[in-house]
Amino acid sequence: MNLLKGRSARAAAGFAAAAVVLFAVAPLMLSDFRLGLLAKYLCTAMVAVGICLAWGRGGLLTLGQGVFFGLGGYAMAMHLKIADAGPGNLPDFMQLYGTATELPWWWQPFANPLFAIAATVLLPMTVAALLGLFIFRRRVKGAYFAILSQALAAAFAIWLIGQQATTGGTNGLTDIQGFFGYSLDDPVNQRMVYFVIAAVLLLLIALARQLIQSRYGELLVAVRDSEERVRFLGYDPANVKLVAYVVAAGMAGLAGALFVPAVGIISPALIGIVPSIEFVIGAAVGGRASLAGAVLGAVAVAWAKTTLSEEFPAAWTYFQGLLFIVALAFLPGGLASLAVYVRRRGAPKAPEQKAPVVPVGEAA
Amino acid sequence: MSELSGLEIRQLRVSFDGFTAVDGVDLDVRPGDLRFLIGPNGAGKTTLVDAVTGLVRATGSVRFGEEELLGRSVHRIARSGIGRTFQTATVFEELTVLQNLDIAAGAGRSMWTMLRRRKDVPEPVAEALETVGLTELADSLAGTLAHGQKQWLEIGMLLVQDVRLLLLDEPVAGMSHDERQATGELLQRISEERTVVVIEHDMDFMRSFARSVSVLHAGKVLSEGTVAEVQADPKVQEVYLGHAANASAAEDVSDTAVVQEA
Repeated sequence: MNLLKGRSARAAAGFAAAAVVLFAVAPLMLSDFRLGLLAKYLCTAMVAVGICLAWGRGGLLTLGQGVFFGLGGYAMAMHLKIADAGPGNLPDFMQLYGTATELPWWWQPFANPLFAIAATVLLPMTVAALLGLFIFRRRVKGAYFAILSQALAAAFAIWLIGQQATTGGTNGLTDIQGFFGYSLDDPVNQRMVYFVIAAVLLLLIALARQLIQSRYGELLVAVRDSEERVRFLGYDPANVKLVAYVVAAGMAGLAGALFVPAVGIISPALIGIVPSIEFVIGAAVGGRASLAGAVLGAVAVAWAKTTLSEEFPAAWTYFQGLLFIVALAFLPGGLASLAVYVRRRGAPKAPEQKAPVVPVGEAA
Repeated sequence: MSELSGLEIRQLRVSFDGFTAVDGVDLDVRPGDLRFLIGPNGAGKTTLVDAVTGLVRATGSVRFGEEELLGRSVHRIARSGIGRTFQTATVFEELTVLQNLDIAAGAGRSMWTMLRRRKDVPEPVAEALETVGLTELADSLAGTLAHGQKQWLEIGMLLVQDVRLLLLDEPVAGMSHDERQATGELLQRISEERTVVVIEHDMDFMRSFARSVSVLHAGKVLSEGTVAEVQADPKVQEVYLGHAANASAAEDVSDTAVVQEA
């Protein structure tokens, strides 16, 4: 029981440290431009929190989180575009390409800010619930699940590109000016957006941690490791996986929604196959089963992408692929498993490994 | 715990691509029995258990108490009080012994309970830990247990699951003599409150602990009764003798022991 308290204390300390870094150190140290980039990376980290739950804990290789990220992002961007245009006017791109004289019916509810905000989370979750019911009931798993997720990401991006007049097509929804009445040109408001993103990320981490530590979290690991056995204990594994999948989708949707004011754009190129894989790479490199690992990994890989692709635009893609393969082949637990390894080595005679309740560490 | 129930199987038939693994089995296990299913390899013992627990499709009828089981999904059959183990112990290796048992105890838990952390050791889990002798190892990862301990953990999981029918597939395979003895005594104790069916190849173990025996051969029930009755049955002798005469595999020696003692 002491050990349990020790782990909680360590997690609380990690949480406090993260809050200090996000709310004090980073805003003081970084230029407005770099802080804006960090906001973008933190959105990626939110997706990684969901991936940690669904993939790391539930064994669901979610290679299509771009779909949910995109649903959240477009829901938010649609509202902001309508708000930018002002009452009675059409969003700019519709005036350029469109023949329509009024908003398409499925845009109209997004004029309401509350509807739009709710939709950024509930829309991805609903879609995930429907997909998940279909997929998990039919016992699609492993590589088939991954391929299916990826195909969905591709299909969604292609569909968006085809709807030039109502979704902005390849360009996406761009040039977003305001965020609920605040101008995004103003650095003060950009900073506010950063703080909102940092706060939401911490909240999502706390939520995921609660889920992982709960009885549900233990059951999820059991389903990951031996689905058949769980069924013989009287559970329906489809429901267990569904919860993780839906929660991960909601987190990705929220990340997409907050990405829009941070970056000012959402487009098919940000949600298709490549970004969907990139979401997973960050979590894999950092450690998919560890929250801290997944979050730090996501931020690190997103940062490396910006930095390295500025210097070597062509080489980055290869480097990224290599990183993924090396992580999966040689370090399946990611960098977080190194931390656990070092800790075990550091404390040689821990009496009989009075077992950590979760196998791959909470290196918070 | 609710009252004891018996298992009643009628004309059970399982086919895979034209091969009939279980061919019209009738089997009655009365409430509180400790029934051993024996028979040569390929007799259909495990397939029979697979059919009862919903893992393979079957025709006929399987009733436990008042309930018809055939056609239900695996987890629904489990919820109606039927639990099983497998030839190779399948426990959740990356969870602790305590977590394994807690999960097994929890199929009926509410959403609210599931979303909270386990604060203490639930009463039935503590009892099961005691019963199967794993209290000391409660916080060890199940993957680090010895083979016999994993089998006990599985039995413990069935106990906290509060099943009324235990179907055990070779529970003592690979155990030492002392472990077998302990397992046998455990099964006898368990069968005072529950119905137990054991698939076993170990004839010494069967003779020591069986209350009744069914012999399966080529997908059919060949003989049924007490240990003595079955051993005296000429049909059983013929099958095992014939089997032994045609094969010199080492494991058949233990099978023929039935006959030699008869």
